[in-house]
Amino acid sequence: MPDATSPSLFAAALRHRLTWPLVTLALLLAVNTAFNASFLHIEWRDGHFYGSLVDILNRAAPLALVSLGMTLVIATRGIDISVGAVVAIAAAVGAWMIGGSVSGGESRFPLPLAILGALGVAALCGLWNGLLVAKVGMQPIIATLILMVAGRGIAQLITDGQIITIYYAPFFFLGGGYLLGLPFALFVLAAVFAGLYLAVTRTALGLFIQAVGINPTAARVAGVQSRRLVVAAYTFCGVCAGIAGLLISSNVKSADANNAGQMLELDAILAVTLGGTALTGGRFSLVGSVIGALIIQTLTYAIYSLGVPPEINLVVKAVVVFIVMLLQSPDFRAQAGALVRRPAAGGALS
Amino acid sequence: MSGGHSPALNAAPAADAPIQRPVSPSMRLNPKYLPLAATIALFVAMATAGSVLYTGFFSAQVFLNLLIDNAFLIIVAVGMTFVILSGGIDLSVGSVVALTTMVLASLVEHHHWSPLTAIPLVLLMGTVFGAFMGFLIERFRLQPFIVTLAGMFLARGLCYLISIDSISMADEAYSAMAQWRLDLWEGASLSLGALIAMAVLLAAIFVAHCTPFGRNLYAVGGNEHSAVLMGLPVRATVIGVYTLSGLCSALAGVVFTFYMLSGYGLHATGMELDAIAAVVIGGTLLTGGVGYVAGTLFGVLMLGIIQTLISFDGTLSSWWTRIVVGVLLFVFCLLQRLLTHRTSR
Repeated sequence: MPDATSPSLFAAALRHRLTWPLVTLALLLAVNTAFNASFLHIEWRDGHFYGSLVDILNRAAPLALVSLGMTLVIATRGIDISVGAVVAIAAAVGAWMIGGSVSGGESRFPLPLAILGALGVAALCGLWNGLLVAKVGMQPIIATLILMVAGRGIAQLITDGQIITIYYAPFFFLGGGYLLGLPFALFVLAAVFAGLYLAVTRTALGLFIQAVGINPTAARVAGVQSRRLVVAAYTFCGVCAGIAGLLISSNVKSADANNAGQMLELDAILAVTLGGTALTGGRFSLVGSVIGALIIQTLTYAIYSLGVPPEINLVVKAVVVFIVMLLQSPDFRAQAGALVRRPAAGGALS
Repeated sequence: MSGGHSPALNAAPAADAPIQRPVSPSMRLNPKYLPLAATIALFVAMATAGSVLYTGFFSAQVFLNLLIDNAFLIIVAVGMTFVILSGGIDLSVGSVVALTTMVLASLVEHHHWSPLTAIPLVLLMGTVFGAFMGFLIERFRLQPFIVTLAGMFLARGLCYLISIDSISMADEAYSAMAQWRLDLWEGASLSLGALIAMAVLLAAIFVAHCTPFGRNLYAVGGNEHSAVLMGLPVRATVIGVYTLSGLCSALAGVVFTFYMLSGYGLHATGMELDAIAAVVIGGTLLTGGVGYVAGTLFGVLMLGIIQTLISFDGTLSSWWTRIVVGVLLFVFCLLQRLLTHRTSR
């Protein structure tokens, strides 16, 4: 609840970019709690925290990572629809380098090398996207469509069309292990988030990215190296997708070239949008995107726990996207505002 | 993605299509025909290579099968061509195809409707769905990409609300329609779906090049602002384009049920990607305003012949299809960039 100590503070809170995502998340948590009294309950079991909230955080980590990368890309007026394919490629490379020997005692390459290899390939994928967008000048959606189409083919090439099952136990720690009682994936997410957050707030990077997103020409005239910045944004997005791929494959102990990261690009775009980043580029919010990812995961959890058929999940997501994009549309807000006086919604993003 | 339904196509139409293309007297090697010319040349080269390398490849039925196996993709891609010509994109087509198969199968099998009443109903449903998305895009100035993305979620989700299982269609009249073949010559034949696809293609060529709507479409795709200043009905055109795409998707869904004889929520996953790839390979510029519906046919045929070549080869795995399509997409996008000197906005 935004505190209402003074009218101006209340109005400022309403206008803040993160207010609506947070309210949405709080509402979803409240719904979950109302229908499932033990929802907020967290207990210590088997040497780590255990409960619905921990579960949601753990499962939201890969999506949140991809959303962070996607946020930067969208902020530069781009879009990356190849992240799902990159997840599959990274998972396939990681699984191949670790090897599928049933004994489980050893890996084909040392674990750090396998992780580096997977992330390196993911970075190359991102670099490829970035070069197509910034140097060749293709529309982002088409440039990344190429990798989206070819990516799963490449991943299947690596896995030889099979689902590679991983038996090498140390690898499982990445997506299924616990550190200080919390899922290790959360620490990975926190590290990436902290690094990125410092980079965009403590250096001029965030400003440059916004400048490129708001007006690429003006940014270039002002001396921002926009092409390099765009290439870097796509590369970073690729790396994020790579980390997510490793987390996912570690969690399920296998790499499935066909299904790993399926529809992930859509969820990531949805998370970024929910977090208040406009798809037209410019202003962005990293915290918002993480909250967006949490909203999606909590929503999914709510749908399952309410006993609603899980099939309805997609319909609910579609309705959410429709509502959010209408709220983001200046034309819609102008018209709705003329009908109903709702300054709060109207001021949130303008 | 399970949807490797790719495209394909044939010899007979290949002979007519260039004739249907509007030929202006001054057309000699205008660079805008280059992508289309490259596609046709590549198609002929692949067909020739296949005929030389594999016995049995060079037969009328192999080429007619390209049409039969990709009839639904041709119809979807034709609708997509209109959308891309207008400067937009429609990601919902695959889901609308799936929803159509699902509703149709459910009405015919579970509610015992006659296909003759069910088919017009699903066509109407697809049309309304497309019109709704077009309305949102035009009325509230939303990005086509995100609106049709939501439409994609919605249509796919509605499929699962009807049933999460595949509904097979055992209706006798329906099976008869699906199995009906038009004999051409020496045993070669075309299915009803392929005939519908050809009819749609001819109608689309007529609409694009011989009607006011078609001219408005090119004008809006070329420069929406100019079109507004010229007093063209931009709003009606944009909504019309998505309506048309919705109708094409629904029709493709009907043809898909002829082909698969079932309704299933997982049908046609990834078909939007195949359709976009076919349109791009067919020489339509993604920035809008430049391209030909006939080119899309060759785009689909190209995807189809890649798949046919790979299946004739036998040693290449199916995923090579996706990789080759990706490479082709890359090459043609690059070609487009070289041909258009406009800087991206």
